[in-house]
Amino acid sequence: MSPREVFALPDHLGTDLTERTISDPRHVVGLAELSRKSCLGGRVGELDGRSVLVATSGQLLAGLTVIEIDGVARRMLLCPPDLKSEHLTSIVADAGIDAVVTDEPERFADCGIDRVVLVGMPQPVARMAQTVRATEWLMLTSGTSGVPKIVGHTLEGLCGAIIGDRPAPGDALPVWATFYDIRRYGGLQIFLRAIVGGGSMVLSDPGEALADHVARLNARGVSHISGTPSHWRKLLMSGSAEQFAPRYVRLSGEIADQAVLDGLKQAFPNASIGHAYASTEAGVGFAVNDGLEGFPATLLGEGLGAVDMKVVDGSLRIRSKRAAHAYVGRAAAALTDADGYVDTGDMVELRGDRYYFVGRRNGIINVGGLKVHPEEIEAVINGHPAVRMSRAKSRRSPITGGIVVAEVVLTADGDPARADAVRNEILAECRARLAAHKVPAMLRFVPALDVTPAGKLARTDA
Amino acid sequence: MSVRLRIIAAIKQIAEEQKVKLPPLTDELTLHETGFDSLAFAILVARLEDDLGVDPFTLSEEVTFPNTIGDFIRAYENVPA
Repeated sequence: MSPREVFALPDHLGTDLTERTISDPRHVVGLAELSRKSCLGGRVGELDGRSVLVATSGQLLAGLTVIEIDGVARRMLLCPPDLKSEHLTSIVADAGIDAVVTDEPERFADCGIDRVVLVGMPQPVARMAQTVRATEWLMLTSGTSGVPKIVGHTLEGLCGAIIGDRPAPGDALPVWATFYDIRRYGGLQIFLRAIVGGGSMVLSDPGEALADHVARLNARGVSHISGTPSHWRKLLMSGSAEQFAPRYVRLSGEIADQAVLDGLKQAFPNASIGHAYASTEAGVGFAVNDGLEGFPATLLGEGLGAVDMKVVDGSLRIRSKRAAHAYVGRAAAALTDADGYVDTGDMVELRGDRYYFVGRRNGIINVGGLKVHPEEIEAVINGHPAVRMSRAKSRRSPITGGIVVAEVVLTADGDPARADAVRNEILAECRARLAAHKVPAMLRFVPALDVTPAGKLARTDA
Repeated sequence: MSVRLRIIAAIKQIAEEQKVKLPPLTDELTLHETGFDSLAFAILVARLEDDLGVDPFTLSEEVTFPNTIGDFIRAYENVPA
């Protein structure tokens, strides 16, 4: 009996690699080079069977590393850029890390990992490694408080939504980009689409101004691009979108409300615009391409396709081969219930024949015992044409425990003299569409709202 | 505008927003008789904190919530500056 055939990322690259590249603001790497060049100085063999922390300063080296060590390492943990150093020790212990690939070796001088392999731009080597095993892919959740959880995936699961999404023969190869970091689930999905699905990848860089980023996206001919609604609102607000014409625009990672979908349709009239539901734990759930917020209730059910979904106690539950297989670590909780469903913690509400996301279970504001999701208020506020983005949050109250207040960013072309009128219009709309305890008691205009490194509206002080 | 006038103005504003029909606001009127629910009072206290810079009901644990409009206004007037 022959051993089960194992495919790793290098095996997915395909044969015709001409013109396919991975690039960032400083470098362009041709995928064809990767069959004879190593970014690890030819030391990939030292990582055979090891549990490897991939901790690079930028995304390009991380991407090149995973292509080189997938199929060789036992597991690899993609270290996101904002990992706090105080969490490193426990994550290293929980994941059983015994090697690190980095371009910043001084960071790992005292952390007890005996093998540190330097990574740099690819250089020719005599011999590349062969695929010998299915490497486990570990990712960190992007929760804003506490130690991030380690989530275990396989390449097969991560690519579950990609196979069948390849360009048809004769089609122009897609050039992918994302506002995400590829060391996050949403960004990794795009990176894998570019590598496995047959295209090129243009990486983002946190130090680059948005206008420069968009100019680079244009120069590289980006056709397919994804980001969170917060990323997209920022782009729409900047005025930089005018010079950009992608064919395929996707939103994920936060609730895509009708206002941001309509805003993108207006900015990119010729693009396919859709939003997808995915999470680090549950994997890619589904995509919605009808231009409307929420998703059709017909998506719920079992045995309908690759993903089974149900709603229990208001939260979306997903069972799928694309989901992670486990939380990893000494005190890791169960990832799924007894039936194999992941509780996403994303709360949904059925209105008519569609489900709408209303917010995160743990983001609820309590107003005198009544529960409020900040996102449902933001969706109403964002519907005002003069509003670009908003944040609803709780303000402490000696009477009700909390009340709802809102911060609002107006569109760049708005007339500042109309601010009071806009405020009254927004509040009138809130009163018409929301229960009294959900109407912001105070509404403040702010120049900008913080977005986390993971691309989501910052809610840490909510 | 005096503290008293600001408080009265805020009460009237919230009554309009919450569609509450206020009786004449005398010092003897109990807060219950205003028709305000706890949400309306929560909004009132928050707005007055922004306007006057104090929230007498959070400042000290000894302060009990007032019974009448007069008590309510005095709670603000008696906060040491």
